[in-house]
Amino acid sequence: MMLVDIKNLRVSFKTRTGTFEAVRGISLSLGTEKLGIVGESGSGKSLTARALMRLLPQSATITADRLSFDGMDIVKADERAMRRIRGKRVGFILQDPKYSLNPVMTIGRQVAEAWRTHKGGGRKEVRDAAVDLLDQVRIREPRRVYDLYPHEVSGGMGQRIMIAMMLAPDPSLLIADEPTSALDATVQAEILRLMEDLVSRRGMGLILISHDLPLVSHFCDRVAVMYTGRIVEELAAGSLSQAKHPYTRGLLNCLPSLAHPKSRLPVLSRDAAWLQS
Amino acid sequence: MIDVDQLRVRFGDNEVVKGISFQVKTGDSFGIVGESGSGKSTVLRALSGLNSEWSGHITIDGKVMRPRRDKSFFRKTQMVFQDPYGSLHPRQTIDRILSEPLLVHGIGDIDRRIDTVLAEVALPGTVRFRYPHQLSGGQRQRVAIARALIAEPEVLLLDEPTSALDVSVQAEILNLLADLRERRHLTYVLVSHNLAVIAHLCPRIGVMIGGEMVEQLSAEDLRAGRTRHPHTAQLRALSIDLEEAA
Repeated sequence: MMLVDIKNLRVSFKTRTGTFEAVRGISLSLGTEKLGIVGESGSGKSLTARALMRLLPQSATITADRLSFDGMDIVKADERAMRRIRGKRVGFILQDPKYSLNPVMTIGRQVAEAWRTHKGGGRKEVRDAAVDLLDQVRIREPRRVYDLYPHEVSGGMGQRIMIAMMLAPDPSLLIADEPTSALDATVQAEILRLMEDLVSRRGMGLILISHDLPLVSHFCDRVAVMYTGRIVEELAAGSLSQAKHPYTRGLLNCLPSLAHPKSRLPVLSRDAAWLQS
Repeated sequence: MIDVDQLRVRFGDNEVVKGISFQVKTGDSFGIVGESGSGKSTVLRALSGLNSEWSGHITIDGKVMRPRRDKSFFRKTQMVFQDPYGSLHPRQTIDRILSEPLLVHGIGDIDRRIDTVLAEVALPGTVRFRYPHQLSGGQRQRVAIARALIAEPEVLLLDEPTSALDVSVQAEILNLLADLRERRHLTYVLVSHNLAVIAHLCPRIGVMIGGEMVEQLSAEDLRAGRTRHPHTAQLRALSIDLEEAA
């Protein structure tokens, strides 16, 4: 089943001097699989995901030959239809849980609210559901955590809570925009493993957006590499070493490595021709 | 250059650094790796004088450090922070940001020094009259490094200097830091959670967990897997595992 189908997506912004095209003709499709979108800041990776949810600033214009989620045309859909997709059908996880959680509301109430909005139910029922969700994202002592405030938990725990909230309405697609960039290496791996596991078990689709190419390929089936608003290369996650595009190779080479020390890191030299292709 | 002996830091009842010791020779670079909450940044803040609530002994360049430091210390020791967005004043031009340390320390020849330091961190002269929000993340981190360098320090304390940057920019900043250390004979203490970054820049590495430095080893030993503490082995395995994906 095709969950997401994008053909020739363009996102542009009006500026004083004309229009700036940030996403320049992207085509992607996604079933119930895990797709990674990798690129540097400014490559348009987050805009692509946001365009799919139509969560763009007013100044942005979206055009596409096709932009559909589960058969529904996103470009033409009205606001009410979009609200039924956002959260309910598609979960969105952002970079820093510190800014995504309400600081003056207990964690349990926030998770319960997410559940009630989409599923309804009585107070007791909602509370049990929220505790169960916290348990599913492998938070130990979910009952204790239920009554904590966001500042009382660590970043990794915060991100687990975000995932729990997103899972409440049983979405069919999860979009994670740099979900682990604010976390350190060990926690990063734990969170990604958790997401991978939940996504496979529930038969969901996943779009994982990140700037860390090896990390993404570790947890996805397929990786799309973006550069200045275009996809320059699409690869099976296992075949990163066979990447052909010089940009992809450059991204891989400039990482310091523990196993293969380099006395000096190769720096990415950008070729103007990449902008055209 | 730096000698830390039995450093302890306590916040209320919570001891976050539990008696750690290490030495760094002049011109050398020492890396501290650990997860968040391990106390690695706290060590750096005690070294830099940002936190005066510590006990133990810190000696920098032969001088015994007190919780309160004099002006010459702050000239000699400079710090670069993780987030280039947060560590530069948003309403000051780069010119103003870079003149501040010179004015504080009464160093003259401001105009020429700013030009020189911008060239040294490979920023075009045109950024001088821009504001931080007009620069990219990598350029901003270069400004932060320039600000640290302009007072001609001997010790640079680096707290996760590249973890907020793109990998391509990270490579440029790591190369810049390596060059500067050689050119200016600087001593570094670098804190990071990224083992590959630490091993790239630092020949000697200390591993911290729960406020203790459980192991000190050379970068070669770490690369070869000659670790003694299980936590080090665990961090190494994870790092290698993620690298091998490709």
